[in-house]
Parts: sequence; C-alpha cells; structure tokens
Amino acid sequence: MPSATLLGQSLLSGVFIGALYGLLGLGLSLSWGYLRLINLAHFALAFLAAYLTYQLVDVGDWHPVAALAAIVPAFFVLGVAMQVFVHRFAIGEFASLLVTFGVTVIIESLIQWIWTADFRRLQLDHGALSWRLGPLFIPIVEAAMLLVTLALTCGTWAMLRFTYIGKAMRASAEDPDMAAAFGVDHRRLALLLSGLAAAFAGVAGAFIALIYTLFPAQIFTWVGVIFAVVILGGLGNPLGALIAGLVVGVSESLTMALTEPAWAPLVSFSLLIFVLVLRPDRI
Amino acid sequence: MHRPVKAAAFALVILALAAVPALRPPAFYESFLFLVYLWVALATSWAILSGFSGYFSFGHGAFYGAGVYTTATLASRFDVPVAWTWLAAGVAAAILGLVVGAVVFRVRRLRGELFALLTLAVTFVVATVVLNTRIDGGPGVFLAGVDAPRIYGSASGSLYVFALAIAAATLAVAWLVQYSRLGRGLFAISDDEDVAETMGVPTYRFKLAALGVSCFLAGVAGGIHAVFVGYVTVAETFSLTVPLFVVLMSVLGGARHWLGPCLGAAFIVALNYAFVGGDWAVVGRAIIGATLILVILFLPHGLVGTAVSAWRRAHPAKAAPAAGTASMPAPARSEAARQPVMLRCENVHLSFRGVRALAGVTMEVQGGEILGLVGPNGSGKSTLVNVISGYYRPQAGRVLLGDDDLLTKGGHRIASLGVARTYQIPRPFSRLTVAENVALAAMFGAARLDRISAWHESGRWLAFVGLAERHAALPSQLNLHQRKFLELARALAARPRLILLDEVLSGLTPSETAHALELIRSIRAGGATIVFIEHNMRAVLEISDRLVVLNHGEVIAEGEPRAVIREPEVVTAYLGSAHA
Repeated sequence: MPSATLLGQSLLSGVFIGALYGLLGLGLSLSWGYLRLINLAHFALAFLAAYLTYQLVDVGDWHPVAALAAIVPAFFVLGVAMQVFVHRFAIGEFASLLVTFGVTVIIESLIQWIWTADFRRLQLDHGALSWRLGPLFIPIVEAAMLLVTLALTCGTWAMLRFTYIGKAMRASAEDPDMAAAFGVDHRRLALLLSGLAAAFAGVAGAFIALIYTLFPAQIFTWVGVIFAVVILGGLGNPLGALIAGLVVGVSESLTMALTEPAWAPLVSFSLLIFVLVLRPDRI
Repeated sequence: MHRPVKAAAFALVILALAAVPALRPPAFYESFLFLVYLWVALATSWAILSGFSGYFSFGHGAFYGAGVYTTATLASRFDVPVAWTWLAAGVAAAILGLVVGAVVFRVRRLRGELFALLTLAVTFVVATVVLNTRIDGGPGVFLAGVDAPRIYGSASGSLYVFALAIAAATLAVAWLVQYSRLGRGLFAISDDEDVAETMGVPTYRFKLAALGVSCFLAGVAGGIHAVFVGYVTVAETFSLTVPLFVVLMSVLGGARHWLGPCLGAAFIVALNYAFVGGDWAVVGRAIIGATLILVILFLPHGLVGTAVSAWRRAHPAKAAPAAGTASMPAPARSEAARQPVMLRCENVHLSFRGVRALAGVTMEVQGGEILGLVGPNGSGKSTLVNVISGYYRPQAGRVLLGDDDLLTKGGHRIASLGVARTYQIPRPFSRLTVAENVALAAMFGAARLDRISAWHESGRWLAFVGLAERHAALPSQLNLHQRKFLELARALAARPRLILLDEVLSGLTPSETAHALELIRSIRAGGATIVFIEHNMRAVLEISDRLVVLNHGEVIAEGEPRAVIREPEVVTAYLGSAHA
C-alpha cells in the first residue's frame, strides 16, 4: 500500500490530467453534440497549437501568455474556415469522421515536415515552479490549466444555458428545421461554434506544449481517452465533459499508483464500454 | 461471364501469382507483394461485416492483433507447429469477435458511430491486457527460429504463398458472402435494419456470423504477419494503423463490393511504397490523407461502387425477372374459409416514458377477413402494428398468432410465421433495386425461397402491382405512388398469412386509390388476411368486413363497419363532443 503522500500526489496529478482531458473533450463534445460532426482533427489542431506555442516561446522567445493570445484568435478563424468547408460539401456525421481523419493525417505530416519526428521539449524558467502545500507539490502551469479549464467550461455552460445564442444552438441541435422555421440561422451559429471548438483546441494545445514533451505520433495517443471522456460526459454537455475528464483522470492515476502504470488505459475504456452498453441513449 | 468461368479465371490468376517466387524475383518485390496480400486480406475481411452491413468497425486491429499474439505465443513459447498456430490465431480472433459482438449487438438501436467507438475501445482494452500479462509483458515477443512450412526453398517465398493464400481465401469468402443469403441480409441491414428484421432477416445472427468470419480471416492474416516480421510489440500491433488503413482502403475501393477493398489495398500499399524514405514518407502520408478526403467528397461509393453503377447505367438491359401472370397470382394459400381467430391481442399495454400509447388493447383478427383499423391521429394504430410486427415490445399483454405468442419472438421470427407489413411512409432499401427489394422479402419472409426463385417471384409481384417496367430502378427514382406499391409488392412476396397495411392510400389520387383497393381485394381473394389501417373513411367502409376503432390506446368500438361509425363514442372521438 503506497503512502498517503503518494496517494495524495497521484490524486492531484489525476485532477490535473483530468482537467486536460476535459479541456480537450470540451471542443470535441460541442462539435459532436451541436454540429453532429465527429471531429478527429480536433487532436491534430491541439497539437498544431502545441507546436506553434513551442515555436513562439522557445524559438521566438515570447511569453507563453502572449503566444496563447496569438493562437486563440488564429484558431478561431481556422475553425470557422473548417465549418465553411463542411457546410459547402454537406458532410454528414459518419463522413465527418473519415474526412477529419484525412485532415489529421495531413496536419500530422505537416508537423513532421516542419518540426521533424524528434522529441521537442519547451524549456521554461517557471515551468518547473511549484507551490508546496504541506507534503504535496502543486505545479503552477498545471494549476493554471485547471483554472482556465474551469473558466472555459463554466463559461460555455452558462452561454448555452442563459444567452439567446446558446438557446438557439440547443434548439437547432434538437431540430434544425424547426429552429430554422423560428428564425434561427443555423449556419452562422455553426460557424461560431466551430470557431469556439477550434479555439479551445488552441488553448489545450498551448498547455500541452507547456507540460509535455512533443512528438507527432502523440496526436493519436489521446484519441481513445478523449472520446471516452466525451461520451461519458454526454454529447454537447460542457460540465459533463469536465466531470468525466476528472473521473477518468483520477481513476487512471490511482490505478497507476496502486498497480502497474501500464494498466491505466483499461480504466477509461472499461468505463466507456460499460456506459455504452448499459446506456446507449447517452450518445 | 458465368460464375464457373469467373471462378476459374480467379483460380488461374492466383496460381500465376503463386508461381512468382519460383522466378526468384528480388526480395523487394516479394515483400512488397506480401504486404499487398496482407492488406488485401485485412481490408477485405473487414468489409465482410463493415462494408456489407454498414457497421464500421474500428476494432479490426484488436482481431488482427489477437491473431498476431496467438501465433507469437504458441510458436515461440509452446513450439506449436506454425500452420497450427495460424488456425488457432483465426479461432482466437473469431472467439474475441463473437464475444464482443454478442454484447455489442444486443444494445438496442446501436448506431454506427457507437459501434465504431466501442470496437475502438475494445482494441485499447485488448492491447492493455496483452501488454500487462505474460502474453507480452512489455518487451515484445521474438519469434526466433519460428519458420513457416517450406513450400519454396526460401522462407520468404513460402510465407509469400501463405499470404497469397489467405488473401485469395478472404476474397473468395467475400465473394461468396456477397451473393449469398447472408450477403443479401447484410445489405438490407445496412440500408434499414428495422425493416430488414421485420421482413425476416435474422439481423442479430447475421451480424454476428459476419463478424465471426471477418475476425477469423483477420486473425489468420495476423498470425502470418507475425511470422513475417519475426518480432511483435503491442505498440506496433495495436496501433491505429490497422483500423484506419482498412477503413481507408475499403472506402477508397468501395466497401459494398468484394473487389473494392482489394483494389483500395493495392493502391494504398503501392502509394506507401512509392514514397519510401525520409521526407518522401511524410509526403506520402499527406497524400493518403488528401486522397481519403477527396474520395469521401467526390466518390462516396468508392472506385468499384462508382464503376458498377456507371456500368449499370450504360447496360440497363439486365434480364428482367419473368413477369408471370399480370392479373392475379396464384393464391398464397387455398381460399381460406374464415377461421375463427387468426390473431388475438390480449390486454396489450405500451407506454413510452409515461405516455400511454396502448392502454390495454384487446382485439381479434379473423382468418380471411379485411379488418379496418381506424381512429384519430395518435390513437395507437401504428403503434399496434409495430407491436404485432415485433418492433416494439409491450410492457404487458399477449399477442397470439394461432398458438404462437409473438411477444416472445424476434421480428424476423414473426415474419417467418407469416406476418408482413407495409410502412405508412415507404421504407424501401434505398441501395437495392426495385426487384431486389421484392426478392429480398421472398427470400426471408414466410416464403423462404432461394435466390433464383425469389428473383422470379419478384417479377410476379411487380407485375401484380404494375411495377414490372421499373424493376431495375432504384427506389429513389420512383414517385410516391409507385413506392407505396413497392411496399405492397414486398409485403406480398413474403407470402404472408396476415398483412398489415399501414395507410397505403394516403397521398394517392382518387384513381390510384381505386386501383389500390382493387389490388387489396384480390390479395384477400388469394387467401390472405388483411388488417387495413386508413384515414380515408370511404375506402374503409367500401372494403372492410369489420371495423375496430382505437382512441387513446383503447378499443372503443368494433363490429360491422356501418353500424360502428354511428356509435356515439366513435363520433365523439372523431368530431369531439357536442356542447349544445
């Protein structure tokens, strides 16, 4: 049995990785729930943002916050452009999975071409900084990510719940034709939503660059877990994605602490399979 | 070309390819062709379930990987002869597939995306288990000294032949499946699974069978590949490469045709080889990605699918099914004297989350009659039809057809007992031709004909409803009136005892209505019993022997039509109560 400190520390790291799961899942969940678009390219976008952050901060010597400020609007525009493309070709739910896989492969090739397949690690002065809380260490970057994730998730939730735009989005996800008959412009909402989802991918990517070592093949290692999180949380449900992310993250890191680290993936996927088989109407 | 000729040509090509190692080509060509065969086997085996039935599996890597590790473990640790490990690899993969399928296919209203993600999750679970147990344990498994049985002098030449053999076997199986009952059923499932089940296709068993066959072949291919590479790791085996490549290859070539994945596989492997090394490999991957996007956008049916439909357009003169007698087909059974009771619904209750759709319906259908089932919108008529045909399962009550309780049986069993239905909004199988739609009903309904007889049968029923000219059309090329009659022909071709007609007349012009009523009368004359749901009250009165009136999920009146419609409760249900 590991010590209480070790358990506490792994609980904490579970919360942080869970927040990242939630952040990555947020954009995916929005576009799947509201646009009926299974956007595999979401991961590729996140890693593109991660590499751009690396480039700006490490090579260009920018402050990480400045890099984030540049990346988010750029990715919003990218997301809008993607939605224009999806709309132009009337890509359906299943076709979107395959098309965005193609996009993913292209972006992966692009990344590999520019930054090669070598490992890239951002060297930050404050990257290693952490607060001490009793016997536990709280890394600052991870804590910032947790806060940002909380803010974005709650903000999105509030937008969907209380604003006119959010209500229109929900109406249009429920029944696009009926919503259109009531004057909801589904196309413009879709552009906004897709832009938001891509911007979230940008934020997630910036944090990935600050926390992890980058290499192109990593794009695919996240796919399974994040899909599990999105489905567990319920499509189009921002709070659900965050909670599911935290549950998966914490249970994974506890599994790692209590058994072999390599058993961790079993947790999220067993959870996913159980939920899908027992409650298939969630999706 | 006739089938034996095609089969002989296929065998000749395979034999010619099998002779290649005898020419001692450079090793590069041998391993290139080996990879082509491997991917042909994987992509084609994937298509047997996923391409034909439309359930895209993203878990092919798990089944291939099960084969890889079965062979690796048995051959390296237990010294089992390699050929036997290949058989075991297929069996292990098939068992894994059947277990997964038995669980997953029980999920009601399983959607395609859900299936894709579930199978993907299975891949990760299998990978984790293999990685953490003695099967692998982490460092990977060496197949040192493991050698394929020698056919040629060289080990690589022998492996080449085995890879060719599994590719050829997979293609042959896919070909046989495509033109078999199983294949017909799978195509119907991919177009509209609920309708397929209602028409008598045992959808659960068919999906499971296709999955089992598909996994077996993938497992054997995995076992052969394990010997080829000589060193297997979890990261390589269970990577996303396998599921994504097989999907890509099949979609590119055309997943609904046995030849499609084969062409796609050859193309992609060749493309991969064209860009070997350094920066070119990156370009090659980007081109593969771009190809996928372009194919989905512009050739959604793949190369073979597009070619086949173009060829069909150019050669429309495909033999029509024999028309038979256009006036009245031979009776489905001898003119049944009125049996007392053919179908009995006893106290059927069905609620949807608190909305009571059927609140204790008790009614009888007598043999040989035309029973009019009427009631205002939302009174539960179509729900009742859905219960009788097995689509909904009520919370309480019994539905007896003769002595059989239909509620204990799946939809396809009900169809084979002789119940057929039409849909209010026609639901033809959209990618099958008009004649194929009808033939499918004849193959799987109570009639249970073989493919050839079903084909001829379809001609007869198409002539009966006046659609013989349109036999080669796709349902989307028909107008509403023709699609309604296609529904009717499909129901009749099953040779049912009991036909449930759900608003066949709605949307028809008066002259079309008259034609339809004439047909319905002659169907009854042929011996079938008819439940006739309709809003057109004049037509109901004209044709029904008896009337049952539903309102709010309850039977409020039944009996002689003209008497029933004068009952005050019926008038109230339709017109509201008088306040004066």
